[in-house]
Amino acid sequence: MNWLWSNLDLVGELTLVHLALSVPAIILSFVISVPIGWLAHRYQWSRGVLLSLCGLLYAIPSLALFVALPPITGLSLRSPLNLVIALTLYGIAVIVRTAADAFDAVAPDVRQSATAVGYSERGRFWGVELPLAGPVLLSGLRVVIVSTVSLVTVGAVIGVPSLGSLFTDGFQRGIEVEIATGIVMTIVLALALDGAAVLLGRMLMPWTRAGEAVRRSSASVSVARRVDA
Amino acid sequence: MNLFLEGIAWILDPANWTGPGSIPIRIAQHLAISAVVLVIAAVIALPLGGVIGHTGRGKNLAVGVSGGLRALPTLGALTLFGLWLGIGLAAPIIALVILAIPPLLAGAYAGFESVDRRTIDAARAMGMREDQIVGKVELPLGMPIVVGGIRSATLQIIATATLAAYIADEGLGRFIFEGLKTRDYAEMLGGSILVIILALVVDGCFAITQRLVVPAGVRAARSTELRSRPARSRAALGQPINEGNRT
Repeated sequence: MNWLWSNLDLVGELTLVHLALSVPAIILSFVISVPIGWLAHRYQWSRGVLLSLCGLLYAIPSLALFVALPPITGLSLRSPLNLVIALTLYGIAVIVRTAADAFDAVAPDVRQSATAVGYSERGRFWGVELPLAGPVLLSGLRVVIVSTVSLVTVGAVIGVPSLGSLFTDGFQRGIEVEIATGIVMTIVLALALDGAAVLLGRMLMPWTRAGEAVRRSSASVSVARRVDA
Repeated sequence: MNLFLEGIAWILDPANWTGPGSIPIRIAQHLAISAVVLVIAAVIALPLGGVIGHTGRGKNLAVGVSGGLRALPTLGALTLFGLWLGIGLAAPIIALVILAIPPLLAGAYAGFESVDRRTIDAARAMGMREDQIVGKVELPLGMPIVVGGIRSATLQIIATATLAAYIADEGLGRFIFEGLKTRDYAEMLGGSILVIILALVVDGCFAITQRLVVPAGVRAARSTELRSRPARSRAALGQPINEGNRT
């Protein structure tokens, strides 16, 4: 435990760095996936293509993706941006499928009613479809939050600092407490961000008790967790 | 893009295809570790998930375990076990088994639970014993989801076996760590490309399997499903719309 008391600063600093890597990836993947998911829902022909592409992306091991991305993006292997791009791609792979399902779940007659009371195509998306798809979208986002926070640690082996650095450093120096601290902090961070997402969902979707709807749909999502998070 | 050519050139270099630590040996190691882990994890998780899905008991356990372990960082588990058990295969195998259990458990549990309760009641009413219901009704009908769980677990194992090379001198991940140490980007990239190909090939095999295990009866029923639905999904008048509860 001595290690922990003398390294509180380091842990705090790495937690912030970890946060700075995960949050942009989570937000980016959500913002990019929703329109792609809507496309997959709206145009049947695109569904197979988009969802298979996401499936392929999802199957790529993270360490291999971290190494294979720089030649495409021109970034350095140790660049934090490289990590954020890879994590965003994984996030997209998860949410697009959920988003397509979420938009599918909006009843056709609700959609027709919205058009009948005078919603334009665009107004209907923002005013009807997106809010009704909200709870399922949130469940997808929660899966991405937890798996992204966990995946960030893998970057440590190629030299991108995060809470994962506590694993590699602790392993090399033989300090159990250091590794355990890293594990606990990663889980705490994941749960904290998850909790924040649930609260945000409750604020934005007051008509549904977010926790309930999400818990019901999370059982089906849990099979499809990010493969090596 | 030149780097990619270098990576591919590294893969095609005949020197990397012979001797100890060559590409075929690393691939064989990678697959062997993955297979061992999958078998151990499946023996533990599949029967347990089946029992939970069949009886409906311990549902919270299944959801809790498969959800809770999701947040556990792979690298953390690997290094901690590595520290406890030393360099070698024991640590990665234990860590990988722990990580493979949640998707297997969730798949088995969700597969059994997905079977329509009315179908099971009907089977029971026809005089089937419990073991017949499990073997002839629940297992075949739930099989696509069970295989989905196995697919997800296998991918996770193959991906994480790459990372396991950090503490054990085995598998394709070795090329990545070796290249990282000697600043040989071609080797790193070559190793990564091999891992990606391996994962995609295995995933493709599972995609085909998942299609094949759909029982013929279910496939036939899908096309006639429309008939069993009422002509109108909801009365046109007099019924409130349950907004937001549809999901």
